[in-house]
Amino acid sequence: MEEQLKIDFEKLLEKSNFSKKNIEIKRKNFNNFIEKGFPNKREENWKFSDLNQIISKNIKNLSFYNDLSKPNKIDQSTFIAGLEHNKLIFVNGRIEKIEFDYEEKNNIEILDDLVLKKPNNANNSLLFLNNAFVSKFFKLIVKKNYSFKKPLVIYNITNKDLVSKSINLKFDILLEENSSLKLIEFSNDKSTTNFININYNFDVQKNSILKNYKIDNNSNSNIKYYFNNISQDTNSVSEIFLLSSGSEFIKNEINCNLNGKYASAFVNGVFLLNGSKHHEIKTNINHLVENTKSYQLIKGVLEDESKAVYQGKIFVDSKAQKTDGYQLSKAILLNDNTEFNAKPELEIYADDVKCSHGSASGSLNEDSIFYLMSRGLNYKEAKKLLINGFLLDVVEKITDSEIKNLIKNIMSLKQ
Amino acid sequence: MREKQIDKLKDYKYGFTTDIENVRAPKGLNKEVIEFISKAKKEPKWMLDWRMKAFERLKNLKEPNWQKPKYPKIDYQDIYYYSAPKSASEKPKTIDELDPKLLETYKKLGIPLQEQQRLNGIAVDAVFDSVSVATTFKDKLNEVGVIFCSISEAIQKHPELVKKYIGSVIPLTDHYFATLNSAVFTDGSFVYIPPGVRCPMELSTYFRINASQTGQFERTLIIADKGSYVSYLEGCTAPMRDENQLHAANVELVALDDAEIKYSTVQNWYPGDEDGKGGIYNFVTKRGLCKGTNSKISWTQVETGSAITWKYPSCILQGDNSIGEFYSIAITNNHQKADTGTKMIHLGKNTKSKIISKGISAGFSDMTYRGLVDISSKAKNSTNYTQCDSLLMGNKCGAHTVPYIKNKNPESNIAHEATTSKISEEQLHYCQQRGLNPEEAVGLIVNGFCKEVLQQLPMEFAVEAQKLVGISLEGSVG
Repeated sequence: MEEQLKIDFEKLLEKSNFSKKNIEIKRKNFNNFIEKGFPNKREENWKFSDLNQIISKNIKNLSFYNDLSKPNKIDQSTFIAGLEHNKLIFVNGRIEKIEFDYEEKNNIEILDDLVLKKPNNANNSLLFLNNAFVSKFFKLIVKKNYSFKKPLVIYNITNKDLVSKSINLKFDILLEENSSLKLIEFSNDKSTTNFININYNFDVQKNSILKNYKIDNNSNSNIKYYFNNISQDTNSVSEIFLLSSGSEFIKNEINCNLNGKYASAFVNGVFLLNGSKHHEIKTNINHLVENTKSYQLIKGVLEDESKAVYQGKIFVDSKAQKTDGYQLSKAILLNDNTEFNAKPELEIYADDVKCSHGSASGSLNEDSIFYLMSRGLNYKEAKKLLINGFLLDVVEKITDSEIKNLIKNIMSLKQ
Repeated sequence: MREKQIDKLKDYKYGFTTDIENVRAPKGLNKEVIEFISKAKKEPKWMLDWRMKAFERLKNLKEPNWQKPKYPKIDYQDIYYYSAPKSASEKPKTIDELDPKLLETYKKLGIPLQEQQRLNGIAVDAVFDSVSVATTFKDKLNEVGVIFCSISEAIQKHPELVKKYIGSVIPLTDHYFATLNSAVFTDGSFVYIPPGVRCPMELSTYFRINASQTGQFERTLIIADKGSYVSYLEGCTAPMRDENQLHAANVELVALDDAEIKYSTVQNWYPGDEDGKGGIYNFVTKRGLCKGTNSKISWTQVETGSAITWKYPSCILQGDNSIGEFYSIAITNNHQKADTGTKMIHLGKNTKSKIISKGISAGFSDMTYRGLVDISSKAKNSTNYTQCDSLLMGNKCGAHTVPYIKNKNPESNIAHEATTSKISEEQLHYCQQRGLNPEEAVGLIVNGFCKEVLQQLPMEFAVEAQKLVGISLEGSVG
């Protein structure tokens, strides 16, 4: 693979016209990645999901150079129906359309061709890979006191032309004071066996609100890694919802730094897996100052031979008195070969805090099924009703009613 | 200078050294030293071969480094691996023949042997610097066929049992410290309970590290045959010294069909002084195997001492319907560090495990609960319940929880809960209002916090443990 990486990297530098500064940074990142390679289970962070093994098992002849010169067709049918929204459309990793029809143009700004920054997490080789191979990196700025009128949907569409490629995308999103943004990331994949590596950087300033919904619902054989870095200032709120269901493998990593007083972070997630799918959610919530709050709720329903992993960590600095941290993960295992692994971790250095976590996994409660069957439902219906109720608990946490309904529809939770 | 020493003595009740001549093996870790130990113990060849195999294996192993408390590199060549009181080379037959100085040491420790013999009905196998010097109540145990002796004696007298079970729970190829112990272990206890016997008394050992620069490497092996029951107590103390001492013991428990083993530890090794200088590194491997159906192993531990405590008493639930339990109180003060917890590995059907862990950290200390619950795909209908609570005193200390939960079986249930909090002002105020001083109030609240675990201890130990909890937290309020 190393051979291929070197060839593709040189090709990328040759075909694109990066600034001198960026080339220098890219080279550094590239060398770092070559040195570390794809993470494997010897790294604590990847203990339950050996990415190196997963990639070599699922992807044959992975290549890293992606020709972005020709435009791709946009399949209109993949758009979310019944929801007015702004669009950012990527097809096979190429930006095809930017459309902010509903917003005031002078209150938003989109930059590309920026100077790369050093990854802030020196142990994460996938960030090195992303920095080395990302071709254009975007920054969206929401200006002071501006609230998005309609949600922004980032479409990540891949079509049949894309096979065994590595796609790297990078976004920076800045919410200036008193602003707000609803962001939906929607993937639709018809491609086979690619490695998709997306890196988000959110900067949520004073009194701002970020709502981020990540939807991965249609079945595909791609391997994905999302890294989300969020830093929050005073009195800001972030709400994240993950629907982790479609791809063969996804790891959603969320690193959230609560840097300002009264900042709060909410992470809710649902695993809905079948076949041989293997998904992971990893969170790192860092309470760094006083009076911050975090809440995490993750639920999973696993079928066939699927496997779900939740690694959640709450870190409380010695300065962060009056922290309120909560974390709960639950899973229902429906078949003999399913597996749920959890590592709910607390690391606490302050004494006046309220932190707790819980984790439970097991089968559906037979008594409840019996109860429903005695009321005239058949076994299948009873099971479905219980599972829907179990998952609805998480979906109901979504604060935006329009998007909540959309997600209920997608998960077919509506009666 | 002298005054300073006396002050120090006040702080650590067990911080005295006994002036007894020691027989030591040369410093360092090599073939000759292992041969020396084996020869001194008059061991048969198979035992020496076993030690050598471990020593060979050790060369390829690295010290683990994933733990939270970091420590300076240990120079394994700078340790005496064997040290025995000289007078023990001719072993006394009765307690009255014991070196009076030794007896005095035990008295200071609070276990006067004669007294205990009469009053408590506890058989004590006291380990004093690696060699077991006194074993009481032998006759009474002999009557029912219980074998309770030092492991060296067992190697000579019951080689078939030792050969069969040693290394069966903690294999030679385990991690670095376990393998090190297999190569150089000096003494420890051996217990065998024959089928259907309920051991008539609580068995107990008292470990103590006396000579400086020695590591203590005991090996304990307890076998409960079909339908038997035994409760075993272990207490640990060590004198005060400036340098850090290594304690790397191995404890193996085997429970056959319908057998039950209850293993309780009160660990009060020297924790180092207030600035974190000196103290014991307590790197112990404890593992129990529920080999038979319906077997049960229960670990209870009160960890108040040691500069660094790093241990995970574990249960392998192999037999169907077997039960594993773990009750723990860990207290760290000043610069102490602890990384402790348990592993429950469910292999058999209908297996059950329960984990109750209470961690208290004060001063500049750092405490980590690290645990594994692993339910394999064959362990149908098994359940686990875990509760780990931490209490923090002051904002210079840390409390961490790192549970690993793996479930591969849809018919099994796992529940895990953890909380972290501090002693509330209201509770303190309430107690003080009723005439307790702040320290007594904290002691009372902490004892309440720990009650679930303290209840699991045998009577005599529970009282001592309760006192220890109070002593360990002295000076942490205010």
